[in-house]
Order: sequence, then C-alpha cells, then structure tokens
Amino acid sequence: MRISVLYFASLKEALGVGGETVELPATVATTGALRNWLANSGGRAALTEAQALRCARNQRMTGFDEPLADGDEIAFFPPVTGG
Amino acid sequence: MSIRVQTADFDVGHELAEMRRGRFEIGALASFVGLVRDLNDGCGVAGMTLEHYPGMAEQALADIVAEARSRWPVSDIRVIHRVGRLAPGDQIVFVAVAGAHRGEAFAACEFVMDWLKTRAPFWKREETPGGARWVEAKSTDDDAATRWVSKD
Repeated sequence: MRISVLYFASLKEALGVGGETVELPATVATTGALRNWLANSGGRAALTEAQALRCARNQRMTGFDEPLADGDEIAFFPPVTGG
Repeated sequence: MSIRVQTADFDVGHELAEMRRGRFEIGALASFVGLVRDLNDGCGVAGMTLEHYPGMAEQALADIVAEARSRWPVSDIRVIHRVGRLAPGDQIVFVAVAGAHRGEAFAACEFVMDWLKTRAPFWKREETPGGARWVEAKSTDDDAATRWVSKD
C-alpha cells in the first residue's frame, strides 16, 4: 500500500521535511499504526513525541483508528491555531 | 457562499456591500474581523506567519459553513482567511453572515469562528524578541467550539 504523508507547522519543522511517499507493509493498516511505523521504522520520532497530534485522511480531520487505503493522503499536524 | 484563503488583504466594507447588493430579504448582516495583536502571552509580537494545509483548509471552511447553514436559516456566509506574513494591526480573518434577523446572523457568525479556530488547518508562528515560536492551541478555544456540539 502506497501512502502520501504530509507534515505541517511545528511537526514539519521538527522533522525537517514537509512530506514523503511511503510503501507500507500489510500490518500497517490505520492512521495510528502509520504514525507509530513512521516513528519507529522511518526515523520520524517527533511523530510520537509530539503531544496532542492531529491527523487528517484525504484532507478531512480524523482519528488514529481510521483505516488506510492505497493512495491515501495522510497528514499529521499539531492542534490548529488559525483565526 | 464564498470561501477564500489568500495572502492579500481584504476590504470589509466592500465584502459586506457585495453580500447585501440586491438582496432585500436580508435584514441583518453580522461580521467578525480577527486582527494581529502586538502582544501575546506576555511577549511582544513583531509579526507572524500563517501556514495552512492547501486544499484541506478550503474544504474545512466549506464544511463549517455548510454546518452553519444546516443549523440556522441564513442567506449567505462569507469567510476569508489570510496566510503568509502579517504585521500587528493586519487583518487575519473575516467571517460575515447575512440573514433575515440578527439572532441567526450573530449565532452563525460566532459558530463559524469557534469551529474555524479548532477545525480549520491554519497555524501561526509568531516573531518575538526571544525568537520565533509556534502559537499553542488554547483550551478556551476548545471550550468555545465544544459548546456548539453540546447544544445538539
């Protein structure tokens, strides 16, 4: 399964990259599992160190138990502070 | 309905005039403008940069506006959110709601702002004397957004 991952704001800064495309093993099936897999296998420790991280699947806010599908765009970011 | 994410400034008078032009069923026009302050959390702020998630920011604003329209019988809602670098005194965000009566116009305007603050993917990075810092989300904003959920 191929997933496009995006990072924003302080998380992007901590990781030093705005996004990446990853090929996932079959065992990584949810947004939460992706977060852990990126932190542990992908060297993106800030993903599990960051407090109160939010995520979006295909540009809609979602939780960390959301199932993934091939071609998804998954974004991780800190709580929003616009307005 | 109009939703814009842009670097350019906006003219509130022009926006409001466009919303009511030729619309004689509108009896109330409520609006809110958010501005950059020169002080935040006890620290001087020389300016800020607003980052957003292109695509999702517009979608999130559209979803919030659709939710407002499902809750109140309003005629029109307009949202503008600026991105990029802004200086103290600059306008950041504009929300306006046109309706027959003030009750729904005020309520929908406040609702859109409260949900925008917690659901639309924008982030502020402030320039302070101690260096740049990302603005942290406030629990008071979560409380303000949650009160609209518990009303259901």
